Amino acid sequence: MSDIRAYDDVTGTPYDAGFGDYVQLLKPRVMSLVVFTALVGLLVAPVGLHPVEAFAAILFIALGAGGSGALNMWWDADIDAVMTRTKARPVPSGRVQAGEALAVGLALSGISVVMLGLATNLLAAGLLAFTIFFYAVVYSMWLKRSTPQNIVIGGAAGAFPPMIGWVAATGSVSVEAFLMFALIFMWTPPHFWALALFMKEDYHAAGVPMLTVTHGRKATRVHILVYTLLLMPVGIGAALTGIGGPLSLAVAVVLNLWFLVGAVRIWRRDEGQAEADNYATEKSVFRFSILYLFLHFSAFLAEVALKPFGLGGW
Amino acid sequence: MTFRPEHDLHRRRFSRNLGLGLTLVAFVALVFALTVVKVTRGDPMKGYDHVVDPQLMPTGQAEPAGAGG
Repeated sequence: MSDIRAYDDVTGTPYDAGFGDYVQLLKPRVMSLVVFTALVGLLVAPVGLHPVEAFAAILFIALGAGGSGALNMWWDADIDAVMTRTKARPVPSGRVQAGEALAVGLALSGISVVMLGLATNLLAAGLLAFTIFFYAVVYSMWLKRSTPQNIVIGGAAGAFPPMIGWVAATGSVSVEAFLMFALIFMWTPPHFWALALFMKEDYHAAGVPMLTVTHGRKATRVHILVYTLLLMPVGIGAALTGIGGPLSLAVAVVLNLWFLVGAVRIWRRDEGQAEADNYATEKSVFRFSILYLFLHFSAFLAEVALKPFGLGGW
Repeated sequence: MTFRPEHDLHRRRFSRNLGLGLTLVAFVALVFALTVVKVTRGDPMKGYDHVVDPQLMPTGQAEPAGAGG
């Protein structure tokens, strides 16, 4: 953290990054999803943790996600500067230096893995380390700029938190943990491709081989429909396991049918129709996809909350 | 030349320093709380060698002292 900027009067208004700028490096919006899904994974597990251990586990999973987010911002500063959606991020906007983002990312990654291992168990710590490696190296450094399947494979990084939460509590991986992982993994492609359809200039300008750029927009619409169809059995299947119950099954059926209707509407549209209403359908499906994941995991949580009253679960 | 506390640098970095300070205090508190939980809810073993101590086991669960005992 160099002092050079503090004495740099070239612009007349020297600027030092505030604490909030470093928080922004951690991608707080992504982190909120990580916290929520990891918390659900931990709470629906059949083994309980002491509240302090549970709090520490969620905190360090979130910090690990934040560390990998900082590493992603360090590596992707060049393309973030080009894209409208990302050019205000701390590194491309100049509020934080790239080296600082790297240092914050590495420090948080190391601390979070070690502390999660000490607070819970080594398997959870190993999974967190793998997740950080997968997001920062496999996705950011390799897949993102080399293949249109970047978010399909890279989506695994965002899918691990509920599994890590489950493993933190139980010490092992089970079918329920795998299905929570698979739910986010299969949800990621249609979620991001819907975004890519209406943020079309961004990825093209940055040279990121998003499916919309490499295979065209019609192919992307087909892919959204196919992946939504593949997502359906995962969502409904998860509701049939030990973490589910009648409520989550009902929620899963409604949500998946709703998502499918949206995917079909996207598939049936062409660019002329989309341009005419400023991508209204694509934007509504993208917004719904966020709600889809939130309600799915909320339903799992509700099953646990209802169990003491003899209502939740199978 | 002294580096006085009222230097402009301190004002501009106040947010960063305060945030980092509070984060470190919270981290210490969390590690302390975790330590208390681990120690009070830990397995019946000695902390320094992680070897089960028969003297700490509930009555009747301790291993016999030897094959003939």
